[in-house]
Amino acid sequence: MAELVPLFVAVPLCLAFFSLITSKVFKRSSDILTFMSTLFLLLLSLKFIGTSTIDYLVGNWPWPLGIQLHIDKFSVILLLIIQVIGFLAAFYALSYMERYTAKPKFYALFLLMIAGMNGVVITGDLFNLFVFLEIASIASYALVGFGVESEELEASFKYLILGCVASAMILLGIAIVYADTGSLNMADISMFIRTYGVPKSLLFVYALFIMGFGLKAAMVPFHAWLPDAHPSAPAPISAMLSGVLIKALGIYAIARLFFGVFGVNSMIGNTMLVLGVLSMVVGVFLALGQYDIKRQLAYHSISQMGYVMVGLSIGALAKSPEVAVLGMAGGIYHAINHATFKTCLFLCSGAIEYGTGTRDMRKLGGLFKKMPFTSLATAVSALSISGVPPFNGFWSKLIIIIALFQAKLYAVAGITILVSFVTLLSFIKLQRYTIYGALPENLKKVKEVPFSMALTLIILAVLCLALGLGYPYISDFLKDTSTGLRELLTYKI
Amino acid sequence: MLVYYLCLVFFMIGIYCLIAKKNIVRKIIGLVIIEYATNLFFILVGYRHNGIAPIILPNMKGDISGFAAKAVDPLPQALVLTSIVIGFGTLCLMVALAIRLNEKYRTFDTTEINRLKG
Amino acid sequence: MSKEKKKNEGMTLITKTITNSLVSVIAMFGAYIALYGHLTPGGGFAGGVIIACSFILLTLTHSKNISLKIFPDLAASLLDNIGALGFAVIGLLGFTAGAFFYNFIAKDEPFGLLSSGTILFSNIAIMLKVMAGVFAVFVGLSIWSRIVSDTDKEE
Repeated sequence: MAELVPLFVAVPLCLAFFSLITSKVFKRSSDILTFMSTLFLLLLSLKFIGTSTIDYLVGNWPWPLGIQLHIDKFSVILLLIIQVIGFLAAFYALSYMERYTAKPKFYALFLLMIAGMNGVVITGDLFNLFVFLEIASIASYALVGFGVESEELEASFKYLILGCVASAMILLGIAIVYADTGSLNMADISMFIRTYGVPKSLLFVYALFIMGFGLKAAMVPFHAWLPDAHPSAPAPISAMLSGVLIKALGIYAIARLFFGVFGVNSMIGNTMLVLGVLSMVVGVFLALGQYDIKRQLAYHSISQMGYVMVGLSIGALAKSPEVAVLGMAGGIYHAINHATFKTCLFLCSGAIEYGTGTRDMRKLGGLFKKMPFTSLATAVSALSISGVPPFNGFWSKLIIIIALFQAKLYAVAGITILVSFVTLLSFIKLQRYTIYGALPENLKKVKEVPFSMALTLIILAVLCLALGLGYPYISDFLKDTSTGLRELLTYKI
Repeated sequence: MLVYYLCLVFFMIGIYCLIAKKNIVRKIIGLVIIEYATNLFFILVGYRHNGIAPIILPNMKGDISGFAAKAVDPLPQALVLTSIVIGFGTLCLMVALAIRLNEKYRTFDTTEINRLKG
Repeated sequence: MSKEKKKNEGMTLITKTITNSLVSVIAMFGAYIALYGHLTPGGGFAGGVIIACSFILLTLTHSKNISLKIFPDLAASLLDNIGALGFAVIGLLGFTAGAFFYNFIAKDEPFGLLSSGTILFSNIAIMLKVMAGVFAVFVGLSIWSRIVSDTDKEE
């Protein structure tokens, strides 16, 4: 079982380059290879669901010297999210990317991005995390500007500059950690800090890591790239960026490093709480005035990531362990839910753009009669993100609010409820402008989207409902995950 | 110790260049300076005063622990090699984007490349 | 008329003569740095960049067409992918002997060419990839030769 772990990185990497060779001979081969590779990775990740912690040493080098791959329950949840959303986005892109040129290069970059994200999630070594973070980030910079119009190039350039500064800060942090502790292995650093205490210069490293990974996770002072990059990307890439990349590169790295390696205290907990609350409030209030569908969804991504960060910060601030575990379980559950409903919303907006040719809400209306599947999926996911029962957004927001009340953070709980209400307002606006209302004259001839896109939307809408109704079955798994996440990393020989 | 602070000053110069200049090519140079500063800091972490190069010559094969006490740390050198390659790849992407942006907007001035607002 | 134009493009005669004899020496030096990467400083990336520099020197002194005749862009694209695939396959072949990226080739006596096992083949794969990649980037960037620079503001 442990020998299958490096395949998560090796298979997409090999197939990305192999599909570039075969697509020069046979045009459709890149579609088939991407579909098979994402399906294989999905089935492989389903095999890891019930396992205990796996440690794999690459190249059989002894423990602190080589690269170690470390999988525990939190990694398994993120691997599942990456593989499921990756498979659905690749399936959606089979019809959507026909409108762009150079489809084989799109699939090669897509597989490289999945390889990078998988690598971030399974690694147990700090510099290896940095290398895979860079692979995923550079692939996403190129994918954001894939349709080379002027607005997309501007968005890609802005994202590139900010992302490179963040990566340089992360590398500086890794250099200072190596200078202090003499090792790059996460478990080794954790054991060093436990025996010798926290060195003084590690506080600077905390700041650097929060700046660097916070930019990748689109927390509020560092969010400026997201409202330009996510609308300009092609729809399956917007879904991957918003649904998976900001979680795997940002939230996962912050959670793993601060809970598992460095150890949380109230200072880090308060920082995460402030960042989360700022992201929630700023994201949702800036989203109210947008008329571009995808730009509104991008601002809502910032807001929902604030929810996840608030959930994780309860794990650092709460006095009693049950409240901490409940808060973190709520945060992780909200990350899973956000992956499903935000992906569905972005793919629906891509379908609307494919069918009608515009993304401006003021020019749309009454699509309920002409595009039934798209309208149904939009309605279901809009209700999910607003927190309407029985869809999945309601349950995760409820758990976070209950944990906030139990941790005696009443003001933050009030802000959370207010933000949820404003989210509902802006999604009522989205639905009224796009789905309901009168059909304008120039849109009388729109048709439903092709089969692969419609099937993906229906699968995601069903997943939204199933994750909401299925909470009693996964609640124990989530609580075990948060309990495991709160422990510091060790290595048992 | 002074050397590490000077590396951070170098990093600050790169950030100043990235923020204060309006031309795209000068911003790219600022970003390259930031990456140079980070790589330089990482290499200097592995320095040992009066150390020898971490290469085992044929006449040192008997005394490995003495060699390890005298040699400069080779791990940051390998990591910085990887980091330089990553920086080079990003630089290629940046320059290609700058050329395409100039083709679309007809200028290298970032105050005029601002169609995405709000 | 066109034959005179072809003889006059590129740099002067002195540069062209020296480049013609120097390009192969530079490429050989780059191959040496890549192959002995496990003993001396350098390795695959540095060797690949030096060989790509020899092609770039050819492009600068003559013209893009001549260097594309020697190393066409289709060959660059294929070599790029074959290099990356080679590196990944070396990693996967380590599974036959124990673990991912295990050094499974028998090692010869120290300080020889074959003394490092799979590192030699990894260096060769990376050298091919970087050589093809850097040259392809240079050729790709030189397609846009019409850059408008009259709006460049002095800061």
